[in-house]
Amino acid sequence: MTRKDDMNDSIKPMIEIRDVIKKFGTFTALHGITADIREGEFFSLLGPSGCGKTTLLRAIAGFEPPTSGTVAIAGKDMAGIPANRRPTNMVFQSYAIFPHLNVEENVGYGLKTRKMPKAEIAREVAEVLSLVDMKNYGKRKAHELSGGQRQRVALARALVMRPKVILLDEPLSALDKKLRDQMQMELRSLQRSIGITFILVTHDQEEALIMSDRIAVMFDGQIEQLDTPEGLYRHPVNKRVASFIGVMNFLPARVTALSDTHLTLGIAALGEAQVPRDRLGKDVNPDKIDTIGVRPEMLTVLFDQDERSQNKVKGEVVDTEYYGDMTYYEVRLPGHDKPLTISMRNTAGRSVVAPGSTVSVGWGIESIVVFGE
Amino acid sequence: MAWHFDREAGQGLKLISPTLLYVLVMLAAPLLMVITFSFWTQDYLTIDTTPTFANYREAWTTPLYQVLMWRSLKISVIVTGVTVVLAFPIAYYLSFHVKKRKALWLFLITVPFWTSYLLRVFLWKVILGYNGVFNTAFLELGLIQEPLTFILYNLNAVVITLAHAWAPFAILPIFVALEKIDRSLLEAATDLGDSPMRRFFRITLPLAMPGIVAATLIVLIPTVGDFITPRLVGGTDGLMISNMIQIQFGKANNAPLGAALAVSSMVVIGLISAGIFLVGKKLGGRVR
Ligand SMILES: Nc1ncnc2c1ncn2[C@@H]1O[C@H](COP(=O)(O)OP(=O)(O)OP(=O)(O)O)[C@@H](O)[C@H]1O
Ligand SMILES: [Mg+2]
Repeated sequence: MTRKDDMNDSIKPMIEIRDVIKKFGTFTALHGITADIREGEFFSLLGPSGCGKTTLLRAIAGFEPPTSGTVAIAGKDMAGIPANRRPTNMVFQSYAIFPHLNVEENVGYGLKTRKMPKAEIAREVAEVLSLVDMKNYGKRKAHELSGGQRQRVALARALVMRPKVILLDEPLSALDKKLRDQMQMELRSLQRSIGITFILVTHDQEEALIMSDRIAVMFDGQIEQLDTPEGLYRHPVNKRVASFIGVMNFLPARVTALSDTHLTLGIAALGEAQVPRDRLGKDVNPDKIDTIGVRPEMLTVLFDQDERSQNKVKGEVVDTEYYGDMTYYEVRLPGHDKPLTISMRNTAGRSVVAPGSTVSVGWGIESIVVFGE
Repeated sequence: MAWHFDREAGQGLKLISPTLLYVLVMLAAPLLMVITFSFWTQDYLTIDTTPTFANYREAWTTPLYQVLMWRSLKISVIVTGVTVVLAFPIAYYLSFHVKKRKALWLFLITVPFWTSYLLRVFLWKVILGYNGVFNTAFLELGLIQEPLTFILYNLNAVVITLAHAWAPFAILPIFVALEKIDRSLLEAATDLGDSPMRRFFRITLPLAMPGIVAATLIVLIPTVGDFITPRLVGGTDGLMISNMIQIQFGKANNAPLGAALAVSSMVVIGLISAGIFLVGKKLGGRVR
């Protein structure tokens, strides 16, 4: 379906999801999901609200058995195996800390189920609590913890079980921005150091890009693209994925000439461009091309008329957004109503161009992504 | 330190003052009267107001009163046990397995209250009597050879009737406690390896404990003092302490002794309730 970093394909899959369909009554929440998740990978399920991320995660955990299709974990088919006997542990969105137990009892809960001796449980719990930086909170109850601390307890409670896979359903969405950024880094480095496979559900594309080895982008119960963060960002397979990941400028385009090696595109506002055929995605049929996309940082506002660029067009700055290190320009080009978003680093000696000014916009052929219908 | 009311507390007090006054007059005043009475003595037609513990001595040492008190406690403990044990599965089913129309089910549970309690007790008489529905049906079916007599005019009849009458009061608080349990806690327990049975004892039951304690107290406290049911279906073996209190205030014309009996049973029940409350709190942990 999509590009993969083939180098890693030799690593054996930890989870094999095959044609998983999930129906709730007449409503189909998952339309045949197929994916492999590798051992030790930080894998994210990304998509808008209601696309079926949680449903897929719960199918892996064993809470929502698929209507059809199979889920295998570590080479073993999970059909008929209930959630309490699967080698997975979950970090719930609400954290689900048992309110009548303290932190230590919460974390030791699953070990007690395994009938581990008390002393051993205490040792394991202490170890994992210090791993998540909570060793001084062992005697507290859930209501005496902050959101971030609850999150750590929920994570510790899963980690202590040493599962093959840890499933996280939007674990950071209840935290404020600053804490979320910090937890993203912590979670990522923790996962790297212990090497357990993580599957993270999120609707935050930035979070997915920062944390994941690979991401499955889901829409309407289907995986639209499964790729590395870079692959998704640079080579989105369609307009939906492209607009969901980062910012993308779209311009109407059509093929004006075709040769064996190249096709010539007529792009609104930008003009003609020659694109090598091998730059097209596998799924893109030259006859169906109607749009190109270009990322804000792939365009340049040319401050100096002599600055070199492959192609240049004149446009009018309609708005600017100043971010300190970066400035976002909204530039309208003749022949296209919607202004393009262009991001520029604020390097030394370069001041922000005021709205209303006329500027040149530089672009290169290698920066455009071609989309079909 | 002087009493300090901030504005809001003062306003709150004003708002509840009519209710507070009403409660004071209607509840506290009679209670105080009963307590005062219990320290006086009945002197044929007049009352001797010299304070004395004589009534209490009589209440606590007379074998008849002891028997009645024990029986009342025994009946109410059995009734409470039976009621709560029967109510729990119903509340559980309602909370966990009824997906649609929960409100309708709750509504149906209140149906028995649409008729007076007296009528319902009489109905139990009809059902449990010598020629009652129960005996006739079982005789016809050949399940029994002669009418069962141990089901009416004794302790069993009191237990059956009371348990039926109080079931809804036990179902509701347990149902509310179960409804309050976050379902993701149950999934978390499963996720950590618990079988449904283990999960029930480690999560569901402790978290339902406030409801169970509430149900226990709601049934236990009033049933100790019940006197209609024993009068109507209890026979002589089923009489309880309240029947004796009623006799003392009425036929026997010894209100001070009746008051001492009433206060004594109140104290006993108070202590038992406090005990149940503490045990429940311990079993359920600090649930919030
Ligand atoms: N138990 C259920 N019964 C019926 N429909 C359900 C059930 N669970 C989920 N759905 C439906 O399935 C779809 C996918 O739900 P899911 O919870 O997987 O979404 P999601 O991608 O996790 O969304 P969000 O980001 O909002 O959590 C939704 O349309 C939802 O309404
Ligand atoms: Mg979800």
